[in-house]
Amino acid sequence: MSALLWRLLGLFGIVRGVVRAMHEPAADEVDDDGIDPRRRELPSSRGAERALTGLLALAGLGFAAFSVLIASDADPRLLGGVLGAALAALSAALIVAGLRIVPQEVAVEDRPALGDADAREEAVDELRRGTEGVSRRGLIAGAAGLAGSGLAAAAVLPITALGPGPRALDDSPWRAGVALVDEDGDPVTADALEIGSFLTAFPKGADRRELGSPVVVLRVDPRTLRLPAGRRTWAPEGILAYSKICTHAGCAVSLFRHPLDEDTSGPPALVCPCHYSTFDVRRAAQVTLGPAGRALPQLPLRIQADRRLAAGGPLSGSVGPAWWGTERS
Amino acid sequence: VSPDPVRFVDERLNAARPLRKALRYVFPEHWSFLLGEMALYAFVVLIATGVFLALFFDPSTSQMTWHGPYAPLDGAIVSRAYGSALDLSYTVPGGLLMRQTHHWAALLFVVAITLHLLRVVFTGAFRKPRELTYLVGATLLTLAVVEGYAGYSLLDDLLSGMGLAIGYSTALSLPLVGGALGALLWDGPFPGGPAFESRLFIAHVFILPGAMAALIGAHLWLVVCARHAQFRGPGRREDNVVGAPLWPAYMLRSLGWLFAVAAMLVLLGGLVQINPIWQWGPYEPWVGENGAQPDWYLGWLIGALRLMPNWELRAFGHTLIPNPFFGGVLFPGLVFGFLFGLPAIDRVLFTRDRAPHHLLDRARDNPRRTGVLAAMLVWVVLVFFFGSADRVFLSLSIPYELQLWLARALAFVAPALAYVLTRRWCLALRRRDVHPLRAVDAQLVHPPRPIAREDHAGEA
Repeated sequence: MSALLWRLLGLFGIVRGVVRAMHEPAADEVDDDGIDPRRRELPSSRGAERALTGLLALAGLGFAAFSVLIASDADPRLLGGVLGAALAALSAALIVAGLRIVPQEVAVEDRPALGDADAREEAVDELRRGTEGVSRRGLIAGAAGLAGSGLAAAAVLPITALGPGPRALDDSPWRAGVALVDEDGDPVTADALEIGSFLTAFPKGADRRELGSPVVVLRVDPRTLRLPAGRRTWAPEGILAYSKICTHAGCAVSLFRHPLDEDTSGPPALVCPCHYSTFDVRRAAQVTLGPAGRALPQLPLRIQADRRLAAGGPLSGSVGPAWWGTERS
Repeated sequence: VSPDPVRFVDERLNAARPLRKALRYVFPEHWSFLLGEMALYAFVVLIATGVFLALFFDPSTSQMTWHGPYAPLDGAIVSRAYGSALDLSYTVPGGLLMRQTHHWAALLFVVAITLHLLRVVFTGAFRKPRELTYLVGATLLTLAVVEGYAGYSLLDDLLSGMGLAIGYSTALSLPLVGGALGALLWDGPFPGGPAFESRLFIAHVFILPGAMAALIGAHLWLVVCARHAQFRGPGRREDNVVGAPLWPAYMLRSLGWLFAVAAMLVLLGGLVQINPIWQWGPYEPWVGENGAQPDWYLGWLIGALRLMPNWELRAFGHTLIPNPFFGGVLFPGLVFGFLFGLPAIDRVLFTRDRAPHHLLDRARDNPRRTGVLAAMLVWVVLVFFFGSADRVFLSLSIPYELQLWLARALAFVAPALAYVLTRRWCLALRRRDVHPLRAVDAQLVHPPRPIAREDHAGEA
């Protein structure tokens, strides 16, 4: 019995020696500050291996369940839950394996030196030797540059075929006499609007998706109107129409703020929901807040004999976001 | 058939030596090094889910009558793009899960890149010899933002149309060339010609992801060329790398991280609704909706567009600078210009140093660089949060106009303040490093005198 004990102790001593020798850094590997961080451990245990097996099996079952569920067109929440859980189990398995099963090692690698002066010189020489015996280098280089620029232009310029020039960017189908129709295509009559209400109208027979098409039509008390001198006749009975496309970034000016109490809330205004540009409807849609640089273009209106609304002329300025060709409006 | 795969490959590719080198590649261990991996793994999830989506999505604006289980839109006339996205959400098995996982992955992708970028800039990891790695990474961030925008603009729902209108206006706002550029990209005036949707699609599923995959490859290759940078620590020097070798522990843990990222995204995609396109309805240029917000990584741009006073430069019968130029071109131009110029700016202004560096700085090690970075960060974050001022108004009742003027003032004050405070903080931390006991409230205890030796001396 004691002999066995001695042998075991001896074996333990040998193992310890070997392990120490493995961990002991060789003299030349030790850092200036005497520290060598490298070490190697074998952490695997039955518990960890059992956990890994369980997690892998769980992941397998989860993926199988997902395959069955997707074939049977299950609820997306169930699909996501099952697939997510299976992926999480696989992730946990890999992390358990990486931390508790396989050898844990801190290694030290020498960083490769970047840049080698000798090799560089040889390479440059090699490049130079490629032009040996060539005399008119400047001329040839110039001609090659010309060829290269031509090639670049020939490669790039075809992109101009992608679209038309910027000529029709702020065209609008509105002309004098064009009738206003609503979203269903029915004519807009002057009686459809009460004070405080607004609707979206389009030029009859035109493409509605054109930015120049949609206008906001609304009615205010004619006594409160503060339109510029030239636009006195543009709002019969206090009915106004403005382009619905914001002059800032082209969004639909889809909010109409009509206050119950003007002393506390400010005058009625059209508001763009993208960047909150705010346009005073009584003052020809002048900007009162927000980043828009121009008023909304106004559409002069006319009430026809049958009370239907029609345009009295074109829009007062460029529609939508500004570009180089946009003039003051 | 060779029974030994390593031998099979080696005898054809001469791969044994590089394989062994790869297995022994050393990864320094620090939690912040997992951020770049998170971006990579989000990209993997994006490709996997994106391939699935591309098999069903129809990038066309021609009209169709949609029929499906969602009653409010049953029988509606919509574009094929919007209709096929509805089909993906309602009738394709697993389609909604894939769509939502894809969207969540896009959000996380840009989060991970941004956090990774912050780690890199605050630790000076962009310095020689990693300038190229850094520039490729900054390009990847730019492409990721454009790619995400192109992605959610494809669906032709109300939100994507509003986003495209703003993008079009921003393109138009470029001096001189803007009009031509807008008409070129959109195949005509907004909302664009018939080719626009398929151009956007090709950009989103082929051109941009292809470029990004190539750049990710270049990024990783450049990392391997110089090996990983590392933080200071015992035994860590400029000329070595200390950490875990790739095989086997690090590879297993990193794969575990891949599946953890994937699990999180799939759970989000399955359980947390994102971009419910059926609620907003299809886009028409005359329709708008209050409370619209872009994906988070464009929040700083909507903030800048809203914050800008309504200046426009007009002369000679032209609008020389339309307003969206300031928030949509100039502001991101300044921020990305700073990012791309950072290695040069750092070299000239902060370090005056051309030597290679493999040991990372802590933020405090270069107080002026950290101060400038903090100022820039505060500037962008402030504008970002102003982008949600309308939501703040709704939930906290702080008037929009008050927030507007406050944010305009803070846009100048806050960065300056951030610079001063951060720099002082760094200097204080450095003083504490030099005199570790100065900040400690404790009694000084003298070590016992070595009596034994003196006794000996006395005897002798």
